Amino acid sequence: MASREHRLVFKNIDVRGYTRDIACYQKHGGYEVLKKGLAMGGGAIRDEVKKSQLRGRGGAGFPTGTKWSFIDPAKATKPIYLICNADESEPGTFKDRQIIHKDPHQLLEGMILSCFANGVKLAYLYIRCEFTEGWKIMEKALEEARAAGFLGKNILKTGYDLEIYVHRGAGAYICGEETGLIESLEGKRAYPRIKPPYFPAVLGLYMCPTIVNNVETLCNVKHIVEMGGEAYAKIGRPNNTGTRLLCVSGDVVKPGYYEFPVGALTLGQLINDVCGGIRNGNRLKAVIPGGSSAKVLKAGEVYKIKEKGSDGKMLEKEVGLEDLRLDFDTLAAAGSMAGSGGVIVMDHTRDMVECLANISAFYAHESCGQCTPCREGVLWLKKILGRIAEGHGREDDPALLKEVADKIAGRTICAFGEAAAWPVQSFISKFKAEFSARIARNGSASRHDTISLLH
Amino acid sequence: MNPWNHDVAKDELDLVDVQVDGVWLKMPKGLNVVEVAHRSKKFIPHYCYHPKLSVVGNCRMCLFEMGTPKMNADRSPVLGQDGKPEIAWMPRPQIGCATGVTQGMGIRTDSPLVKDCRNGVMEFLLINHPLDCPICDQAGECKLQEYSVEYGTGTSRFVEEKVKKPKNVDLGERIVLDDERCILCSRCVRFSSEVMKDDVLGFVNRGSHSTLTAYPGKRFDNAYSLNTVDLCPVGALTSKDFRFQMRVWFLKETKSICTSCGTGCSTTIGSREGKVHRLTPRENEAVNSAWMCDYGRLNFHYLDSKDRLHRPLLKAVGEQFPGTWADAIHRAAEGLGKVKPEEIAVVASGRLTNEELFVLKRLVGELGVTRVDMVPHSGQADNFLRSGDGNPNGRGAELLGLSSGGRKFSSWGAEIVSGKIRALLVLGGEDVVAAGIPASALQKLDVLLFSGILGNETSRLAHVVLPSAATAEKTGSMVNVHGRLQRMTRAIAAPGEAREDWLILRDLREACTGGNSLHSVEDVWKAMATEVPQFAGLSWAKIGDLGIQLEAGSKAMATVAT
Amino acid sequence: MSTALEVGTENCAGPETGEITPALEKQATELISRYPVSARSAVMPLLHLWQETFGYVGPRGVEWIAQKLSLQEIQVLELVTFYPWFRQKPYGKFHFRVCRTLPCALGGAGKTFAALQKLMGLKPGTHEGAMVSADGRFSLEYSECLASCGTAPVVLCNDNFHEKVDDKKAAELVGGCS
Repeated sequence: MASREHRLVFKNIDVRGYTRDIACYQKHGGYEVLKKGLAMGGGAIRDEVKKSQLRGRGGAGFPTGTKWSFIDPAKATKPIYLICNADESEPGTFKDRQIIHKDPHQLLEGMILSCFANGVKLAYLYIRCEFTEGWKIMEKALEEARAAGFLGKNILKTGYDLEIYVHRGAGAYICGEETGLIESLEGKRAYPRIKPPYFPAVLGLYMCPTIVNNVETLCNVKHIVEMGGEAYAKIGRPNNTGTRLLCVSGDVVKPGYYEFPVGALTLGQLINDVCGGIRNGNRLKAVIPGGSSAKVLKAGEVYKIKEKGSDGKMLEKEVGLEDLRLDFDTLAAAGSMAGSGGVIVMDHTRDMVECLANISAFYAHESCGQCTPCREGVLWLKKILGRIAEGHGREDDPALLKEVADKIAGRTICAFGEAAAWPVQSFISKFKAEFSARIARNGSASRHDTISLLH
Repeated sequence: MNPWNHDVAKDELDLVDVQVDGVWLKMPKGLNVVEVAHRSKKFIPHYCYHPKLSVVGNCRMCLFEMGTPKMNADRSPVLGQDGKPEIAWMPRPQIGCATGVTQGMGIRTDSPLVKDCRNGVMEFLLINHPLDCPICDQAGECKLQEYSVEYGTGTSRFVEEKVKKPKNVDLGERIVLDDERCILCSRCVRFSSEVMKDDVLGFVNRGSHSTLTAYPGKRFDNAYSLNTVDLCPVGALTSKDFRFQMRVWFLKETKSICTSCGTGCSTTIGSREGKVHRLTPRENEAVNSAWMCDYGRLNFHYLDSKDRLHRPLLKAVGEQFPGTWADAIHRAAEGLGKVKPEEIAVVASGRLTNEELFVLKRLVGELGVTRVDMVPHSGQADNFLRSGDGNPNGRGAELLGLSSGGRKFSSWGAEIVSGKIRALLVLGGEDVVAAGIPASALQKLDVLLFSGILGNETSRLAHVVLPSAATAEKTGSMVNVHGRLQRMTRAIAAPGEAREDWLILRDLREACTGGNSLHSVEDVWKAMATEVPQFAGLSWAKIGDLGIQLEAGSKAMATVAT
Repeated sequence: MSTALEVGTENCAGPETGEITPALEKQATELISRYPVSARSAVMPLLHLWQETFGYVGPRGVEWIAQKLSLQEIQVLELVTFYPWFRQKPYGKFHFRVCRTLPCALGGAGKTFAALQKLMGLKPGTHEGAMVSADGRFSLEYSECLASCGTAPVVLCNDNFHEKVDDKKAAELVGGCS
């Protein structure tokens, strides 16, 4: 049996009688950790976060302590900003929604602690506008926090000033990219910036040092300050510490959001034990483990994973799909990623061509259009897949799709290129036969076939 | 003038070792890789990068293979047998425009990875690009064409429907936009915003449907708008004036300078078979960087105006008749000979070259004429390139002692009326009627001589009209308002029997005074260099294509009494 | 969860030709004050404010906002056309957005969309941008992932969020629009 849920961040979510007002939050110990943190001092908080080995929960999994260490509040000559990335838009992901709508003060407490730790005086909460209730909830929570003296000037009489404002997005997935978000916050089109030189830690919001953190990450900061970094690091596995909010959708009996220690669960345990297995008695066919940008994993696959054995030596194991531990390193070793924690499950009745066509259409719509490979290539991928799905596929299409995707990944300004390319590369590679069969069944070369004229 | 100059490093003397395609070189630290390649005689293709605009890195054409020095545990570099750092090559390519070189960096401009990157970008740029080459002005100087040949595949495997966008958009007074051709490099947007400080252009929609535009109802009419046509790597932005006029590969390119105001931007004259088809700016950091104003750029159509003077004219029985040069010069000299030197006034012109003014100086000196001046013209100054001084060689006239800035000229109208001045020689096509001497006064003159390129009120009253050559039709030098000596080269022949002013003045001088020591432009130069302190030690060759800055603040006092 | 629908856009005063009230000006000023470093950051909040007041952002909104923030109009229009939430023409009194990204597609979003389309009397056509019913009561468009994949398929009606919207529930939603 899989380990039980470890509801740390989700502690108050869906708890009977728990309401999102500050009074309820405080009744459950809310803002006590803030007091503790203020007394500890910013440097101590940063140390704890480093010790905790917390990795970003937005999708990239970048160590938070390291990200914060790029900024030195003591030496800063410009103001430092912090932005909470509440633009949750990665398909398959719906964890931040729960926190924002049901336990907003937890996010605020974590955010205020993080701002304090990094010498931030002005912070923004960039929230997707489709959370039509959520932004109002956050505004109300901010008002309550201000009224209670946890925000604003001279917080709890420590002399620390901090103001946080809510900023609503307007329907662009690319605002989830930290530099795209910053451009959007500055009032421009959300064009991600080139790095170098525009690393947010150096030239971020208004060209000042800026930290962008995900909602779940900031909530974890609160818990780290509460229990200490070392204790936090004991949850989960080395280098994959703490808990993970997992979102499961698609063809399972019990889709939903769950919280487990990182790596405490295998994919099989998640799908079968926690989510009740594949619905309608169907069989598993494919699963995307970390939001639609993550490479797809196929049922029946076996991966070669290198792991440190108990004797400290690296050994290579063969691990089947369902035995993959849900942590950052294992999923990366299996050729995919933990990403945003959005697990999308597809059963044997699903047509992989159409699934990929759907995903590609998403990326084509969301491309900001700034750089050549993504702007032109991602729409091309969508058009090819649409054509195949409509029954006009060509024999060379799978190879063409792969080549186009290969010329996008690694060549773009931001990771959107990889995000759009990886699904195509992985679906084509792992379900080649299905694509070819679909094309052979329905495709017929048009009279003006430029490819066949060459051969 | 420009907010950026990426082609110059912060400290040109702070050098680092860089390996470019296997060869170790020394380059200034921080210089971007596109410029480093250029200085190493390698070429990294690019679209969106421009040394005078902000770096955005969106075209991805300048991707190169980068390497960094392998490091020991103590952060010291691992050295190879040649004593230079060993390089670890990164699998992920980097953009050259945004990468500044550091110690031990490796650059590959030609590896299989780089070739694949360029091939990919070319393919992507062409899939939605319309097949407009046969009707597109950019053909022949189109970076899409050129890089496609160098780095592309040559065949298309795109069989989908292309994205459609507006074509033939009337973007502004002087510019047409074709959105389908646009590769969204954003050079025009950045130019308007950063150099012109005028955010009039932008992109609407998103992704592959992104489209360049101005706000509906607003026009792109900035005084420097045509620079975006130069900047545009493709035929998206085209000049209404030049559209469909001439294929660029037929154009002969001649280096010259603009003479529409005192700034003297460096230009390139594009001409074919004796007709000028366009002017484009020539890069000169000391004067105009890479830009010129729209007015100056388009100010060449007067060259084939119907008012152009083609033949010498002589007045007889109240009308002007065409005559020969010999007759015209003879009549002019005869006329001047009939009056006393103190009765002669000469309108030198700030539009004449230094060489022409020098010959004039000889002439007035030998005649003993003291009334010499220039007609001031005011230009429309802006905070950028256009000067408030409308004369392209006012400084030259001053240096040669032929100008008091119009102070003397202002009294000549009255002196003509009173009979003190009986002969007037007008050069440079100046219209002295427009400058304030009424036609009735001119009619009182015994002798009115006119040399210029276009007929005007003054020329129509003249006893002798000597048709002269325009800027594009002569070789000579001028000094701009900032004291920079620059040269222009003849691109086309003057029409009909019109001749360069220096030849006219040479012959006139010989006819008037017999002086004939100056037989060529070189002779003129040699003489000028010895007589004009600012020109001491200079030669035609030394001026070069970009000109020379003369010493600021000093003026030669000419030997001609003022 | 109640199925009674509120007209989500509060105080929607109607067409852009409506009055710019002192209250609106005051709200705008407050929003701008949240960005002490650069007023330009207030473009998006002002666009939201304008759209919520007048139902859409037309030239008048673009020009008002540009003038307020000392921008050129194109700099505002760039954003209206970049961000799908903003629309340049009026939509229906009840505007429906159906998520079409993978998990919702797997959950039957296509059927939900078709059902809504039929219920609203909308003719099938291209699905870029919204379809608006002839009487102006309804409009319908697809949206991308709305971050509630576990309760697919999901629908936004104005500001109201609805989960597990199959065609039966779709009928209830449309029926509840008064």
